[in-house]
Amino acid sequence: MSTVFIAFQTNEDTRPIIESILADNPHAVLDEQPAMVKINAEGSLVIKRESIEERIGRDFDLQELQVNLITLSGNMDEDDDQLTLAWKN
Amino acid sequence: MQIDLRTVAIKPLRHTFDHLVDRFGDKPASRYQEGSYNIQQEHIFHYRPSWDADNVLFDKKRTKIRMQDWYALKDPRQYYYGSYTIARARQQEAAESSFEMIEDRGLAELIPAELRQTALDVLVPMRHVEWGGNMGNSYIAAYGYGTVITQPCLYHAMDHLGVAQYLTRIGLVLDGPDALETAKSAWMSCPNWQPLREHVENLLVLQDWFEIFVAQNLVLEGLLNPLLYDHLDADFSAKGGTAISMMTRFMAEWSTETAKWVDAQIKVAAAESPENKAVLSDWVKHYRTATLAALAPIAARAFGEPSADVLADIAAEFNARCAKLGLAV
Amino acid sequence: MDMKATKKKLGLKEKYAHMTRGLGWDTTYQPMDKVFPQAAFEGIKIHDWDKWEDPFRLTMDAYWKYQAEKERKLYAVLDAFAQNNGHLGITDARYLNAVKLFLTGISPLEYVAHRGFAAAGRNFPGVGPRVACLMQSIDEVRHAQTQIHALSNYNKFYEGFHAGATHQIERVWYLSVPKSFFDDAFSAGPFEWMIAIGFSFEYVLTNLLFVPFMSGAAYNGDMATVTFGFSAQSDEARHMTLGLECIKFMLEQDPDNLPIVQKWIDKWAWRGIRVLTLVGMMMDYMLPKRVMSWKEAWEIYFEQNGGALFNDLAKYGIKVPECITQCTVDKEHISHQAWATFYQYAHASDFHTWLPNDEEMDWLSAKYPNTFDKYYRPRFTQWREMADKGERFYNNTLPMLCQVCQIPMVFTEPDDPTKICYRESEYQGEKYHTCSDGCKHIFDDEPEKYIQAWLPVHQIYQGNCFPEGTDPTVEGFDPMLKVLEWYHIENGKDNMDYEGSGDQANFAAWRGMATQNT
Repeated sequence: MSTVFIAFQTNEDTRPIIESILADNPHAVLDEQPAMVKINAEGSLVIKRESIEERIGRDFDLQELQVNLITLSGNMDEDDDQLTLAWKN
Repeated sequence: MQIDLRTVAIKPLRHTFDHLVDRFGDKPASRYQEGSYNIQQEHIFHYRPSWDADNVLFDKKRTKIRMQDWYALKDPRQYYYGSYTIARARQQEAAESSFEMIEDRGLAELIPAELRQTALDVLVPMRHVEWGGNMGNSYIAAYGYGTVITQPCLYHAMDHLGVAQYLTRIGLVLDGPDALETAKSAWMSCPNWQPLREHVENLLVLQDWFEIFVAQNLVLEGLLNPLLYDHLDADFSAKGGTAISMMTRFMAEWSTETAKWVDAQIKVAAAESPENKAVLSDWVKHYRTATLAALAPIAARAFGEPSADVLADIAAEFNARCAKLGLAV
Repeated sequence: MDMKATKKKLGLKEKYAHMTRGLGWDTTYQPMDKVFPQAAFEGIKIHDWDKWEDPFRLTMDAYWKYQAEKERKLYAVLDAFAQNNGHLGITDARYLNAVKLFLTGISPLEYVAHRGFAAAGRNFPGVGPRVACLMQSIDEVRHAQTQIHALSNYNKFYEGFHAGATHQIERVWYLSVPKSFFDDAFSAGPFEWMIAIGFSFEYVLTNLLFVPFMSGAAYNGDMATVTFGFSAQSDEARHMTLGLECIKFMLEQDPDNLPIVQKWIDKWAWRGIRVLTLVGMMMDYMLPKRVMSWKEAWEIYFEQNGGALFNDLAKYGIKVPECITQCTVDKEHISHQAWATFYQYAHASDFHTWLPNDEEMDWLSAKYPNTFDKYYRPRFTQWREMADKGERFYNNTLPMLCQVCQIPMVFTEPDDPTKICYRESEYQGEKYHTCSDGCKHIFDDEPEKYIQAWLPVHQIYQGNCFPEGTDPTVEGFDPMLKVLEWYHIENGKDNMDYEGSGDQANFAAWRGMATQNT
């Protein structure tokens, strides 16, 4: 198994995003760094639009993630409802 | 450590970078100046390009136009990335609300059938013409010389992509994905589109980047945009097709704005030398003839009988514009 | 008419396909190979451009919207930073020397990336990759400009920034290292460019460049750099997915592409790692408050993350580049060797240097238990003793440079850290020197390219690095001073030791004004 990760700037916009990622991916591990929050996960990581919407109380377009994204690793697959990062081996 | 610094006045050692001091004096420089002037490398390159071994990576010889100072070709809008995206974001917000309103309220269904068909036949295939405009301007952004002109050409390339996408969206609003299929097949094989497609393809093989600038940005856009976003748009509005006008508002504003930028480039380049003026004028004459011929069948589809008059009006306006820019056409 | 009822909402992928690849067509009035003249000459075979998977799906309207939001945020921070003398909030003005290296060494590369991706965005016959490359091209001009704008404020108050982002990259000896890297990539064809910059640099190495740099800035109170850095990184995630998609696409299209791609990966991994020596040195020596060591960053971002990547690519037959064996040895040495070099040549550099103090040396010992005390502490200690006696050591002999990476020959043999490593090749009767097996392989594969290198030291000896109108025959002619003038390095202000510099004195005085009433 290989690790995938995604990192965001630490701010008000990303707090609910991080929360929902951690809730949807029980195997994910949080790594807080200066001004940056990184989430590591074995194998794969999924980000769900609905979970974020539940936390922010409005519609959310997954492309909004771009605004605060810092880096990621793994193969990305994105549709209207979720974004997945995975190593396929 | 939290320190209150607002009361401290520190005299700066200098106001800006050396090359801007040389050019404009030691005073605070604008973000446009700092982000544009002399940021392209000029003199020393390590390896000859494998794709163009006669020139260096950034080479003044890739066009017949000659300038003492390529940074004379500045953008009157003073677009650097930030000001460009913020300007376009505002315009896209307006466009988005128009599209949303049309989609939510089903306004497209209220457009008279004949106008709707004209929009499908004339506007939607133009997305391929826009894509050609994207390619020409990307070429300039890659191989042109001097950031003050290469930078806005990349913005212009992205704008063309944006316009192609708005035209696509018009097709989707009016007739769903089928509209795009129909438009593509018209573009590929309908006789009235072939002269324009041939013309656009001819521009894709030009090598002199300033010639592309003239053929595409001055001549093709100078004749096509007024045809679509001025004359045809007036027709749509007059005959109850306001919804179509709402969907082309971005393009109408954009073509007025960008024409001013194009004019500023041509004017400065033509004023530089009689040689430049002659080269530019020859290009304009050549491409004007070719473009008008290529547009004729499309204009005929758009306007019917009066299309020759419409094109004559547009050509007359275009000639007056060129004369103002100092060209002999 | 019930158009509305029958029209189902298009999904993201479907809609995006209409908005991009639906725009292109196969030309018939002009042959495709004339419209796309660079598509074939590198030998990469592509049979079906439609098999391209879009790495991200942003239409222009969404691009404008999100990017404008980023820009508004960024410039609001930069304005506030300038209005409130944010530069006095950094840990120490010494820190800014890392930022000077960034402005003169990295920002100009962003610009070249912008032009190179514009070329790629014109040259691929597939619409999908062209659109993705154009978005990267416009992002890269953003990065160059936001960096210049952020650092412009430092230029107003500190030395070493005034030459800006371009003048020195063409001229200064150590800056030919990053410059030749990008010149090399841009002078290659579009596919090699994508492996060089899109894959090796953006995907494999960018985390090593940006994340440590920006975390370092955050640790050291540099809000301007953190802001542009993280804002730029938000684009970087898109660029990384493009690089990865590109390599997979090339490998899936034809088995004949594998050896070409593998050769490029090997070359560009090594080229990139050599350039990152400068980052390693910055992390270990230049930050007053350090985030992690170069070795740790290498282990997290290259060994672990790169390992996952190469496992993933193994199914295509891609192997981990051979040079990694040497990198595993090098990670304990290169930052120390690089800083020692800059210390010796501080008079010819556009930033200040210093010797690590006791606390810093202890940190280095702890981070590099196998090498620091054994090989490097003694050298720094000796230089400190010399400096204390007023005999600060400057090396006045210009070093020989590697013909490929252009770094001075300062690296040691993989199996003997006391012996300088150099390799020799012959081409058309001339001898050429390289710093390592990795660089020698690259040279031997394309000697006709690398013999063209503009090596700064050779050029100085040939008299090509003086200001126009310089007369070397006048009495008292000092070639080094003239070279510095040509570099736009102000002798005594921009160069030499931080201790005793104008930056140090000004920072102390200004901080004093800000915190005291007198």
